[in-house]
Formats: sequence, structure tokens, C-alpha cells
Amino acid sequence: MTKRLPISLALLLLVVLGPHMGRAAERTSFNVAWSIYVGWMPWDYADRSGILQKWATKYGIKIKLTQVNDYVESINQYTAGTFDACVMTNMDMLTIPAAGGVDSTALIVGDFSNGNDGVVLKGKGKKLEDIKGQKVNLVELSVSHYLLVRALSSIGLRERDLKIVNTSDADIVAAFATPSSTAVVAWKPQLSEILASPDAQLVFDSSKIPGEIMDLMVVNSAVLNANPKLGKALIGAWYETLALMFKDDAAGKSAQAAMAKASGTTPAGFASQLATTRLFTTPAQALEFMNGDGVIKNMDLVRKFSFEHGLLGRGAASADVVGIVFPAGKTLGDVHNQKMRIDAAYTKMAMDGSL
Amino acid sequence: MVLSSLPFILIVCAYLFYSHARLLENPGDKLLPAPATIATTIHQYAFEEDERSGDYLWWTDTFASLVRLLTALAISATVGLLLGLSIGVLPYLRATVAPFVAALSLIPPLAVLPILFIVAGLGEMAKVILIIIGVAPIIVRDLALRVGELPTEQIIKAQTLGASTWQLAMRVVLPQLWPRLIDALRLTLGSAWLFLIAAEAIASTEGLGYRIFLVRRYLAMDVILPYVAWITVLAFSMDWMLRLLRAKAFGWAENK
Repeated sequence: MTKRLPISLALLLLVVLGPHMGRAAERTSFNVAWSIYVGWMPWDYADRSGILQKWATKYGIKIKLTQVNDYVESINQYTAGTFDACVMTNMDMLTIPAAGGVDSTALIVGDFSNGNDGVVLKGKGKKLEDIKGQKVNLVELSVSHYLLVRALSSIGLRERDLKIVNTSDADIVAAFATPSSTAVVAWKPQLSEILASPDAQLVFDSSKIPGEIMDLMVVNSAVLNANPKLGKALIGAWYETLALMFKDDAAGKSAQAAMAKASGTTPAGFASQLATTRLFTTPAQALEFMNGDGVIKNMDLVRKFSFEHGLLGRGAASADVVGIVFPAGKTLGDVHNQKMRIDAAYTKMAMDGSL
Repeated sequence: MVLSSLPFILIVCAYLFYSHARLLENPGDKLLPAPATIATTIHQYAFEEDERSGDYLWWTDTFASLVRLLTALAISATVGLLLGLSIGVLPYLRATVAPFVAALSLIPPLAVLPILFIVAGLGEMAKVILIIIGVAPIIVRDLALRVGELPTEQIIKAQTLGASTWQLAMRVVLPQLWPRLIDALRLTLGSAWLFLIAAEAIASTEGLGYRIFLVRRYLAMDVILPYVAWITVLAFSMDWMLRLLRAKAFGWAENK
């Protein structure tokens, strides 16, 4: 029995390692993960309406889109190699795959939060300054935490002036309903629920830090380089879906209604979430944003926050540990460890209609 | 001894192989960190002050979690013993309360979280109550059943000798329930840890479960893996101490 052990062990290793071998090779079928968020609902619609399949067929590939209920888990699975691409924010892209050594490319900058994230205090008429000394419920180390730090720095306070209580996003609405919770930071749709209660006062939101919280479609760089077809199919399907949903006709309305339903809200609720999301509806808008200096400035703020909170790993010596590449060759951080890329090439192709 | 350690060695070997293979492919891989990385992290968490809070995170987390767990287990054991004994001994109480306890024990505690928050707030009490809701009804039911299993001859004999219900409960039933209580505690330890971790994941500022769910946000497996191993060690030693206590204090109940 013991003699067979090495063999079974080797077999076991082969089974678990198998899928990871040859990531960089040319392939024809791909796995993409998404989770529910207003700026990502077009992906679901593109899949259901056949738009995604149409573009995949055009390039002779297959794309399997999987909805993951737990957002962080979807990124973890992407980082582990289960998915070739996944939707995520710029901060999570830096701290999970990029800091984990998985070279990743932001293929599409879909939108930035323009009020989708907010700081709420209990008591009408309260101001941001009143947060001092309070216990604040939020998902620690998430974009909510980042937003709070930015809010505090805008009034000269620091994190040690209050107490952060890590609270799961699934429970944050129930948390605010309890008497012991007086301050929360949340994102939509939970934020809408919280603001619906009569004594909730919004004191700061992401529209005051425009462009710092971006929502992206991130693709494994090795996979993308070996298979540009995947990038073209994804971006083609994305902008076709956006064009469709913002057309002022019955088809556009029905597309938005379908996305509202899939995200568990009403068309009016979905429209209110869209209103606080700066969605780039055309490749030209996205390209202008990606090529601007704002992106570099914002990523610099985000990476400094990430470093100060240990998100780049405890061994990280500075915020420079992960190199970031921007369009037109501008970079931040370590040039020998470039793991996060914001790539405008595909967006340019979409704009020029050369897909 | 050799045989029983074999599965453990096997797991460690598989981990080392797999970790090495992944690190060859990507030196920054976070999923299966190298043993040296894990050792550094353990050192930082257990023996170095955290820069932001000035705490030794490993020990503050352990202390916070153990206080919650032991408080909840002590209350559950007390409730379990009192209620289990009463239900077992008093037929009237059994008729009134037993179906209720049975129903209560079947409610998945995690499903009633929003109600729990509103009743108990978000503080320590909510966490302790979550564990108690998960564990106490099971102990009550178990002990009540054990009372029912006592030989009828014992009860009748005591009653023939003129024992009152109080004497019956205190002198005949209770002494035989103690070792069963320890058994029940040992069996519910696993669930107690489960509910502790779940409670800490929801709203907290320190604790073993809190740390795991926090660092999961950036896939810090070099923290998660040692924490999981540490929880296993803690749970195992609690189980072992309870077994030892049972053997020492209630030797008569040991199966030889």
C-alpha cells in the first residue's frame, strides 16, 4: 500500500495542477465571472440576449459567463485561476490578483462610482464632522473603508478618531436598523435601503471623489496576450449592449427592465442606481477617461491606502511593490514587477470600429 | 501512532508539493504560500506589535474568541443541565416545554440573524447569544433523553424508599447526568466554533473568525492557514480536556 503512495500522490497533483498548466496557450473556450452590481448588469444581459455569444462566435471562441454570489470569492477564484476574466473594482484588482502576482489587465473601464457609495449617519441634519468618536459599521478593507478614509481626510480627521466595526455587506442594512449602530458606510443597493429609513442622513458620497472607485472587466494578462480574440469579443459585446440599453426606444427600455429584474430591483430603482454611476456609454468616453492623468492620480491614492492598510502584503516595503502600467506607457511603482495594466488598446479598437 | 499520523503527513506533503509547483509558476502566489512565508506571518502576528493598534493580534484575537466561546458554552451547559434535568424528571414540564425546545433546536440560527441584531444589538451579547441559540437546545434535548434512558428500576426503587421528586432529581438523576453533560458539550463543540466564527464574520473588531474574514479580502492565505490550524488545536485541546475531566471526575461512567 505504502509503495503506491507516491504514485497516487503524483496523480493527485496532476489532477489539481492540470488546469493551470499552459495558461498562456491559445484556447477556444473561456470562463468569465461576474457579480451583481449596477455597472455590471449589462454583462448578464449580453449573455442572456445572445449578444455575447454572437461576438464569441464571430471570433470562433466560446465564453461561459458565470454569476458568483459572493463578490470577493469571485475575485479569489479568478486569482486562483478558475476564471480567465472577472469584474472587480480598481482597488480589489490591485490588492488581490496584482498583489498576488497574477498579471492582470483591465480590458474595460466600465464606470466609476459617482454617488453609489456613501457615508450615512443616524439623525437628520447631521454633518460629516459628527462622525468623530462614533462606531462606524462597514466592510473593512473594502471600497467603503477607502471612502471613509477619504471623507475623514477631507475634514482633517483620521481613522483613530473613530472606531471601525467590520460588518458584512449582507447584514449592513439590518445593522443600521439596530439602536447600537449610528454610522455606516455602504454601497448601493444596500445604501438605498439605508437611506430609505427616516432618520438616515447622507453626509459624504463617492461623487465627491469622482473617478477613484472604478469598475472594471479584468482579464488575466497571459490569457489575453495569447488570445486577443477574447478581448475583442468581450469589448465588442460590452459596447453593443450599452448602445442597446441607452437607446430611447422600446428595446432600450426592455433591456433596462431586464437588468433591473435580474438585480432584484424595479426599473425606477435601477434608474436611480444608474444615476449615481458614471457609466461610459461609448468607447470614446472611456478612452478619454483612461488616457487622462486623473487615472494615475487616483490609482496613486488607492495604492497608498492599500499599502497603509497592509493590503499589499505585510512584507511589502512601500506602495511601489506592485508596478502599474497605464495607457501610453506611463507607470507607477516597481518596473520589474508590473502586475496591473490598464489597457486602452481594445477600447481604441472599439472606438475605431476595427473589431 | 505511526498509522494515525500518516494522513497528516500525507496532507502536509501534498501541500508542500502543490505550493512549490504554484510558486514556481508565480512567485507572488497567495493561494498556497511557502512554509517560510507562513512562519514569518505567524511571527508577525504572534510576537510583534501591530503597527496600527499596538496589539499582538494573534493573542488578542484568541482571547476575544475564547471569552465569547467559553461564556456561551458555560451558559449553554447551565441552561442545558437545568432544563434537561427538569424536562426529564417532571412529566408536566416535559409535556409543555419539550416540543417547544425541539422546535427551537431545529431553527437554523444563522437564518434569524436580523431578528437577533434587533433584539440583542451588534455587540458581544449578540455573538454569545448566537452560539447559545445554536448549542443550548441540543444539550437540553440530549440530557432530557438521557434521563429517559435511566433504568426505570432505579426511579421506582427510589420512590419506593420514599424519595420526593426533588430528592429523586438531586440524588438519583443529577449525579448520572454530569458525565452525559460533558459528552454533550464535546459533541456540540464543533457547532459552537462554527457559530462563533459566523458571529465574528458579521460585525466585530477582533477575534479569530473576524481576522479570517477580514484578510480573506486580499486572499492572505498565509494568515488564514495558520489561524485555521490554531482553531483546530484549540478545539482539539478543549475536547481533550473535557475527556480528561470526564475520566478523572466520573471514572465510574467510563466504558472499560
